[in-house]
Amino acid sequence: MKDNQGVLGIFSYVDVTVETVKKLKRAGFFKLRVFSPLPNHDIEEVMDEPESIVRFFTLFGAMLGAACGVAFTVLTSTDWPISVSAKPIVSLPPFIVIIFELTILIGALSTLLGFLINARLRRNAPKSMYDPRFSEDKFGVMVTCDKESVEEVENILSSQGAEEIKFDEV
Amino acid sequence: MSEQSTLTYARVNEDIIRMLDKPTVKWLALFIPTLGFVGFGLFCFIHQVYSGLGVAGYRHPVFWGVYITDFVFWVGIAHSGTLISAILYLFRANFRMSIYRIAEAMTVFAVLTAGLFPIIHLGRPWNFYWLFPYPNQRELWVNFKSPLLWDVFAVSTYLTVSSLFFFLGLIPDIAAVRDKVKDVPRKIAYTVLSLGWKGSNWEWLHYTRTYLFFAAFATPLVLSVHSVVSWDFAMSNLPGWHTTIFAPYFVAGAIFSGLGMVITLTVPIRKIFHLEEYITLDNYDGMAKLIIMTSLIVGYAYGVEFFLAWYSGSPYEWGQFYYRVTGQYALFYWIMIVCNVIIPIPLWFKAVRRNVKALFIISIFINIGMWFERFNIIVISLSQGFDPAAWGIYMPSWVEIGITVGSFAWFFMFFLIFIKTLPAVSIAEMKEILPVPNKGIKGDHAG
Repeated sequence: MKDNQGVLGIFSYVDVTVETVKKLKRAGFFKLRVFSPLPNHDIEEVMDEPESIVRFFTLFGAMLGAACGVAFTVLTSTDWPISVSAKPIVSLPPFIVIIFELTILIGALSTLLGFLINARLRRNAPKSMYDPRFSEDKFGVMVTCDKESVEEVENILSSQGAEEIKFDEV
Repeated sequence: MSEQSTLTYARVNEDIIRMLDKPTVKWLALFIPTLGFVGFGLFCFIHQVYSGLGVAGYRHPVFWGVYITDFVFWVGIAHSGTLISAILYLFRANFRMSIYRIAEAMTVFAVLTAGLFPIIHLGRPWNFYWLFPYPNQRELWVNFKSPLLWDVFAVSTYLTVSSLFFFLGLIPDIAAVRDKVKDVPRKIAYTVLSLGWKGSNWEWLHYTRTYLFFAAFATPLVLSVHSVVSWDFAMSNLPGWHTTIFAPYFVAGAIFSGLGMVITLTVPIRKIFHLEEYITLDNYDGMAKLIIMTSLIVGYAYGVEFFLAWYSGSPYEWGQFYYRVTGQYALFYWIMIVCNVIIPIPLWFKAVRRNVKALFIISIFINIGMWFERFNIIVISLSQGFDPAAWGIYMPSWVEIGITVGSFAWFFMFFLIFIKTLPAVSIAEMKEILPVPNKGIKGDHAG
């Protein structure tokens, strides 16, 4: 299983990190992860990942919420019809409030679910390939490659001025 | 932001995480009395449950009193938290960065406090769950046409979404604390809470989108919640309540009071934890400008209520507003006008907006004024309805005052726990307004 090798370079600068990613990509290494203490547009641009699909969770969650709101209010009102203030049994204006709130509630819950499923928390990188300074002020580039390429990756990372390089099987 | 130029990424971590060090004597000196007041509030509530609602000051015709005032007050306080965290996020207003975590925490704790009051207000509080729609042996469903039920949905949705939004914003910061703390119990706790966050580009990609969508959901939600609360009143046809301006009037008032509370909370925290480089005068300047705007809106609403009452030609409506300014409760009315309309006027001057002490004092008056605003709307309207034979005077009893004081203590108790357990300033977002660490190499990226 563990045929691949992980190589991690630690950097202090964003532009150096971005440049390193470009060099690695030019050299044919595409299995990359960049660690950073904050989101950064340059890193996002150079990594060129597909657009997050969390948005579909949001959309479908909101639509499901609205549908639940309609179904809930209408079905329970018709289940035991009681005339209140001579208003229609199914009276849309007051139900809109409930439909609106459920749209947001289920939409938000579904968005959170989308994040938890897609962000692959815990599975992004093995523990050995993480450095606590990534949440402080350091940037990391992790390359997953076969064992033969480790030296080449190491050369690229050190030529870019990596402050530290770590290795582990991944 | 020139005032933040000496900050570095590492210092941000160090300064913010240092706030979570072992509680000091000062903290305990605040926390223990707070617990005492919570205990007193609890005692008052138990006394009320044991003796019945008679121990509250309810007298015919006023059966919505201080508890409902407290409910509306606390829901209102919650609002500026979401304004700062969601609406200002969508507007990319950088002055929110340092204060949004405190404001969000305030939102969550204020909604937690507000949620207690409808239950305290019930004659049989143990039956509170009847408010929720669930299949039951009576085969009855709740009345979806009642504004009180809209409130159940709006407030519980608001509590859920604002808590999740609060937690979502905390994930990268909890990871930063996890990476820093040494002692095992705290390490375990923060490791579990951080959900394994490592700060990879893949996580940030989904995280930033999720945060954006949450902000987009929270924005209409926050506007809806206080509108729904205002409809608790506006949907009935009582003079003083039955008006279409209530929703925007309540929302503006809520943001106004919430901003007041954010300043009341942040000024001492800034001083005690030496956060002057984080919560800057620019931040306060931005908040003070929002206070001016919302103060003008509530001031306009106070005026237009009189115009509507006069223009409607309804003697009941006009009688109600005449009573507000001249009747037995006139003192409370004028306290509200002075605190909410007159006292914020000096904020038009930049020197006042950037004077932290002046802001703190003004914010205290705003809190007081906004509490009285809700009291005036609720109690004065009820005490003089349509029928002069049914007019009456209500004054809160010691039990109601005790529970109100307890609610403030309950809110501050959560807040004090929060500043010692979770990063009170967003570590990741503070870094976003600092200069990006670049070496200045000549790459082919546009940077």
